[in-house]
Amino acid sequence: MIPTIKQPRAFSLIYGAYVALFFVYLALPLLVVSLFAFNDSLFPSLPWNGFTLDWFFSPEQPQRGVFYEKSILESIGTSALVAVSVAALSVGVGTCNAFLFNRYEFRLKSVLYVLMLLPLVIPGIVLGISILVFSSTVANGVEDSLNYDIEALRPGLVLVILGQFSFITTIATLVIAARLKKFDTSLEEAALNLGATRLTAVRTITLPYLRPAILGAVLVAFLMSFENFNTTLMLVGSDAPLTIEMFDRLKEGSTPVLNAVSLLLMLGSSLLALTMIAFQRKS
Amino acid sequence: MTAVNDLDCINLTKRFDETLAVDDVSFSVPRGSFFSILGPSGCGKTTIMRMIAGFLDPTSGDIQIKGKSVLDTVPNKRPVNMVFQHLALFPMMNIADNIGYGLRRQGLDKKLIDAKVADALERVGLPGIGNRRVEQLSGGQKQRVAIARCMVLEPDVLLLDEPLGALDLKLREHMKVELKSLQAAFDTTFVYITHDQSEALVMSDQVAVMNAGRFEQLDTAANLYYAPQTPFVAGFVGDSNRWKGRVESVSGDQVKLVTETGVSIIGTARGTVQSGATVEAFVRPEAIRVAHSVNGIGEHANSFVGNVENVLFNGANSRVLLRVEGGGTIDVALPQSGEFNGLQRGDALAIGWGASQSLCFGAN
Amino acid sequence: MGAHGKLGFILLASPLVLWLSLLIIIPHIDLFILSLQEKIGVRQYQTSFANYMTFFSEPLYLRTFLRTAFMSIVATVLTLLIAFPISYYIAKIARGRLQSILFLMCLVPFWVSELVRTFGWMILLRETGIFSNFLQWSGIVSGPVEFLYNDAAMMVGLIYTSMLFMVVPLVTTLESLDDSMIEAGYDLGGNGYNVLREIIIPHAMPGIVSGSIVVFMLSLGNYLTPIMLGGKDSLWFTEMIYSQFIVRFNWELGAAFGFLLLGLSSLIVWGALKLSGQTLEKTMG
Repeated sequence: MIPTIKQPRAFSLIYGAYVALFFVYLALPLLVVSLFAFNDSLFPSLPWNGFTLDWFFSPEQPQRGVFYEKSILESIGTSALVAVSVAALSVGVGTCNAFLFNRYEFRLKSVLYVLMLLPLVIPGIVLGISILVFSSTVANGVEDSLNYDIEALRPGLVLVILGQFSFITTIATLVIAARLKKFDTSLEEAALNLGATRLTAVRTITLPYLRPAILGAVLVAFLMSFENFNTTLMLVGSDAPLTIEMFDRLKEGSTPVLNAVSLLLMLGSSLLALTMIAFQRKS
Repeated sequence: MTAVNDLDCINLTKRFDETLAVDDVSFSVPRGSFFSILGPSGCGKTTIMRMIAGFLDPTSGDIQIKGKSVLDTVPNKRPVNMVFQHLALFPMMNIADNIGYGLRRQGLDKKLIDAKVADALERVGLPGIGNRRVEQLSGGQKQRVAIARCMVLEPDVLLLDEPLGALDLKLREHMKVELKSLQAAFDTTFVYITHDQSEALVMSDQVAVMNAGRFEQLDTAANLYYAPQTPFVAGFVGDSNRWKGRVESVSGDQVKLVTETGVSIIGTARGTVQSGATVEAFVRPEAIRVAHSVNGIGEHANSFVGNVENVLFNGANSRVLLRVEGGGTIDVALPQSGEFNGLQRGDALAIGWGASQSLCFGAN
Repeated sequence: MGAHGKLGFILLASPLVLWLSLLIIIPHIDLFILSLQEKIGVRQYQTSFANYMTFFSEPLYLRTFLRTAFMSIVATVLTLLIAFPISYYIAKIARGRLQSILFLMCLVPFWVSELVRTFGWMILLRETGIFSNFLQWSGIVSGPVEFLYNDAAMMVGLIYTSMLFMVVPLVTTLESLDDSMIEAGYDLGGNGYNVLREIIIPHAMPGIVSGSIVVFMLSLGNYLTPIMLGGKDSLWFTEMIYSQFIVRFNWELGAAFGFLLLGLSSLIVWGALKLSGQTLEKTMG
């Protein structure tokens, strides 16, 4: 079961084959998606009609490329805007949470900690409808009493950002808290001893120590927001983020332009992930 | 019957890619004895132990238990058990289940297992702790549970892989004595590996000093100390003053040499030493007689006077660093009989030792 | 804590309190209140359990609810069974570079959107897809075969989507198991089966529980996979919530559905924690 304990040859072979098969299972859907981005056909399926880059670069219908699809490009912009906002908000709040749970003892601490974890075990769609219901309640209340419609509380980007923020913050908190837990507080005490104020000590010693975790959390938050579907679906207004835009197109029947977008998405997130790995290796 | 050993290793060799971890090692461990392999880390002692346990295959050679080769026996069928370096007590089970683990594998009746576990706990002096969890025990208690877990299986050979390494000094001293008496009580063959010479010397009937994949010397503890056969053993077992020097003259096994620091010494040759050869000489600090004046030490083949350069006070193990005429310093053990209590830096001392106390090895 | 510490505490605690109260607690209370509203006229409501009664009296709703729960449990168990040997291989058998490469390869599919992954399975499984074409080409079947739009296809997709969340906690806990524990198990006479049962699985239990909880949650709350890969009969409960909210605009009933889904997931998570003696703090934090 471990390399020092010999197993029958047949067992090792079968085990190895199983592992190989598993990775084929993992890779297969992504491979076919990428492959059919280059098929010179109106459908992302066999037969293979030859290699083309039309689905990326052709300005003309019927094989208009992704770089000329205005609605897709716009939705990528929307997704990026949402993802940046969510990442900034959730990592900011997550950092505060990590410090709060790490440095302070207070009543109801364990209750708050469990509450903090809760968004992970609430189905995304329920999170979405609860925020939708609450914001409508508030907006309707304001409209009835003040006769003023708060646009931001109606389905739209603000609600999408809040909805994603509501559970991604938990993940950001966990990532940052895990590293803060390993921090040796005597380093901060040494800084105080050398004349720093408490805030300066945190700024010059603790935050630089947390930097890899904070950057990691930003990246994870960005990716999770970019990919989110369930919560977004319930809160989206007229500006569709990319996942919603692709979903709508997929329902209508797809052309390989979706494969092209998917391939670009894969390249984009791999690039982000590689940057993160390279960065973490350096520090 | 009497001729059969519990464990025989015959021309045991293990090669990892390019490195030879164990190089043609042979030894026998008679029934009921305590055998230690002593060596610095990386010398190959752990490799030998893991080959005996069955977690590694030897490149060549044979391992026999009670005269029968076990090379084709898988680890879980070998009549040897192992106390791991960090004990490897199972944290997911309580103490009784830990000790009963091997018995359950033999398919014994539950009542019988319970009785054997209780008996084993009794014998290691921890009756009634079966329901505790592993993390509730102290270091010494864990140690004893780990031994009990193996001993209930009545192995032919018990392997112990530096089990005292994680304990603090006081407890380690205590466990040395205890391990020895447990071994006597169970009357089982122990094979013990360690890098700590005092563990090996105190407990063992036989000690093999290992270095770079080979046994340097396999002997009793006393012989390793008094009669080391290689410079490595002389340097590794106990403390020594150690000099490199050139042989001036040889008569019989008596050697006269001059050290690199210019001190002239008379010693006893180990192996063949020729005039003009470079040798290494070893003198133990505790083998040197000390007195306040030359008259106090009597006749010795080597005698020097010098001034105290430093007193390293350490209770019973106190030392003096003496700068002698002609150059160089000598490390001398300080007898705690009262006469040197007020010794100060700069004080004059006379020292001396016989030719048999300075061993000379031909340097290669 | 002094006055200084007090200020810091308040500054740090307020984002947490605002976040939890405004986005989690109050919205769920509001959702619950809404689910108790019964429409009796135009913009006229009364408090009652009518929406919940509707759920229990309509067999389609109840059946879909139970089916969703059952299929999610099946998906969780299958994911665990598939992921455990893989995680064990990564944590204990693969060494050095191979280990990190395999682990990274497990992560890669999850850097891309669930939508892309589902799309990939559609290309593979549909009537004009790769599998169907492959079978025709190899002569095993004579005409196109539809693999899509059934429970098996949906299960493949659910397992695929959840795999990472099982593999990561399993690899983490299995890696922390010292090799000498396994060796000791063998040394004392154990074989592969009982070392697995008595040493490896008990050690991996926290990872098994946290992985299973997350996978169950993800399956239960999944919307995309059942709708894209499942058939006409494989209705998922999230689809009902969506249609009440967005299509029929019956928010009161939708809210009741949402609450039932939340209740079900909490119940099963709580039960799993109790059964395995774990806590939420330990398995998630």
